[in-house]
Amino acid sequence: MSAATVITRERALYLLGEMLRIRQFEDRCAQLYGEGRIRGFLHLYNGEEAVAVGAMQALEPGDAVVSTYRDHGHALARGLGMNPVMAELYGRRTGCSRGRGGSMHLFDAARRFYGGNGIVGGGLPLAVGLALAEKYRGTQALCACFFGEGAVAEGAFHESMNLAALWHLPVLFLCENNLYAMGTALALSEAQTEVHRKAAAYGMPGESVDGMDVLAVEAATRRAAARARAGEGPMLLEFRTYRFRGHSMFDAQLYRDKAEVEEWQKHGPIIGFTARMKTAGLLTEDDYQRLLATAIAEVEASVKFSEASPWEPVEDLLRYVCAEPEPA
Amino acid sequence: MSSTTITYREAVREGLREALRADPRTFLMGEDVGHYGGCFAVSKGLLAEFGGERIRDTPLSEATFVGAGIGAALGGVRPIVEIMTSNFSLLALDQIVNTAATLCHMSGGQFPVPLVIRIATGVGRQLAAQHSHSFEGWYAHVPGMRIVTPATVDDARGMLAPALASPDPVLIFEAISLYNMEGELTPGAASGDLDHARVMRPGRSLTMVTYSASLWRGLEAATTLASEGIEAEVIDLRTLRPLDTATILASVQRTHRLLVVDEGWRSGGISAEILARVAEQGFYDLDAPPARVCTEEVPIPYPRHLEEAALPNAARIVLAARELAGHAR
Repeated sequence: MSAATVITRERALYLLGEMLRIRQFEDRCAQLYGEGRIRGFLHLYNGEEAVAVGAMQALEPGDAVVSTYRDHGHALARGLGMNPVMAELYGRRTGCSRGRGGSMHLFDAARRFYGGNGIVGGGLPLAVGLALAEKYRGTQALCACFFGEGAVAEGAFHESMNLAALWHLPVLFLCENNLYAMGTALALSEAQTEVHRKAAAYGMPGESVDGMDVLAVEAATRRAAARARAGEGPMLLEFRTYRFRGHSMFDAQLYRDKAEVEEWQKHGPIIGFTARMKTAGLLTEDDYQRLLATAIAEVEASVKFSEASPWEPVEDLLRYVCAEPEPA
Repeated sequence: MSSTTITYREAVREGLREALRADPRTFLMGEDVGHYGGCFAVSKGLLAEFGGERIRDTPLSEATFVGAGIGAALGGVRPIVEIMTSNFSLLALDQIVNTAATLCHMSGGQFPVPLVIRIATGVGRQLAAQHSHSFEGWYAHVPGMRIVTPATVDDARGMLAPALASPDPVLIFEAISLYNMEGELTPGAASGDLDHARVMRPGRSLTMVTYSASLWRGLEAATTLASEGIEAEVIDLRTLRPLDTATILASVQRTHRLLVVDEGWRSGGISAEILARVAEQGFYDLDAPPARVCTEEVPIPYPRHLEEAALPNAARIVLAARELAGHAR
């Protein structure tokens, strides 16, 4: 479908560059985790980059974004600087949440990025409310809500789909179906494994999309966004994707075969897009290498930035528990 | 100026009406708040007055309509979410504790949550163990939220406006047993503050700390005690978090005896917190071991006599106060 999509060379370079930034960032994160420089839970997005990058193209600066604990890709694709994101993983004061959230809790008010949420399904009600605020105020903005297929089993999914549909709220329910909820395969946890079909129960359109194809993701999200902005209500998009690494850094991956992982890797979002764009004559190997080098340089700069960043002083431990006035 | 007699229910409704009139960003949502008029008839008439956009009936989805309240508050409007009873609030506990109370801190101060949640609490209608509990003390355990418990008609009306003005989540616990209570609305009363406890009856014999419906049981007991020469200084906490420890300690400095009355259970309750604080900060002011009267540790039973026996009723308070006052100085 989207193979026929006509895009410019400039656009191809941009999309590939964004996916490479995320990939390089996270590969470096895994390394830093091994070295003990970043701690806590670290959920990597490798393999799912096309979803974040594709979906974000359909969003406007005034839209709200709700993410999950696997949030690095969403944050970077939404435009959070790599420095504050990396510094957050380091737990430094310069982090996008002043070091208080870590990997799972990236926030940015300026980009209306309402966070990585550590509770599976916990972000869905929040997204419904953010969309309610837009509708109540009569704006054209919407809320894009990312969640994994594991969240579909939570009661909050049902409640949120129902309320958003009932009140015709501008929510994009963006399900990243990577087939495993931690180590539990979809078929072991859901009676209906075609996630997009669940939308029908709420009188809402649902669509299954190739989550490894950044152009398909973008196109589908644009359609859903156009509906939402036109007041036609929410939509459920199921992006079929795969995570190449474990659930977190503690995952021995006993629940899936290496062969399965390798098969998916052959159809990875970066590899696939690069090949297609080369075939279409829009990209060369030199382009790829240049984008890769740029991404690596940005990542290294973010590591340096984070290493050099100060910690929050312990005296400030109790700050931000409640709102505080801006310092004079 | 003359005072106005009003029920606690009408006072809450008046507060809602004032808030809805004052700020177009404010709306009320919850189960049966609109067409039904509110489970306890608090919002009766508001749908006709303000319309369906601002008085919103929700599905039976506590987790999601509370979470949607959080999201809407973040999105720049001022929702008031009503949860039918304290027990039902547990269905939204994840959103309240894991999201509303954490976002401000986790985001490094970027996302305070200016949300108001009204929750009906406590016994009162023989509703048994799934509609009668008092969880306000539990919620007061959690940093990042303010917990208020209006006991008077002034507070029932006046605490909503400052709650809406707060940049942080405020949980207002309205006592089910007080909805029919009549009281004198103080004319021209300033907006209720959310920071201070209030001495409701001065006395030199002992300090009696109460909140919510227990205030009235405490005052009833204080009248009996006064006839026996025991003068209880009755404090209405009004806010459980942050706790106004200073007012309690100042009173204990005058009376040297402390009795806490709490409709919550004893174990790990807010009464334990109050006793601990006085022990930590006012130990040398005490002339007797501090005491408390709490709800008996039982799921609230259905029949009236058992419900009444489980509560910190006036008779139990009088007994405890007599014993406390009898301690040699």
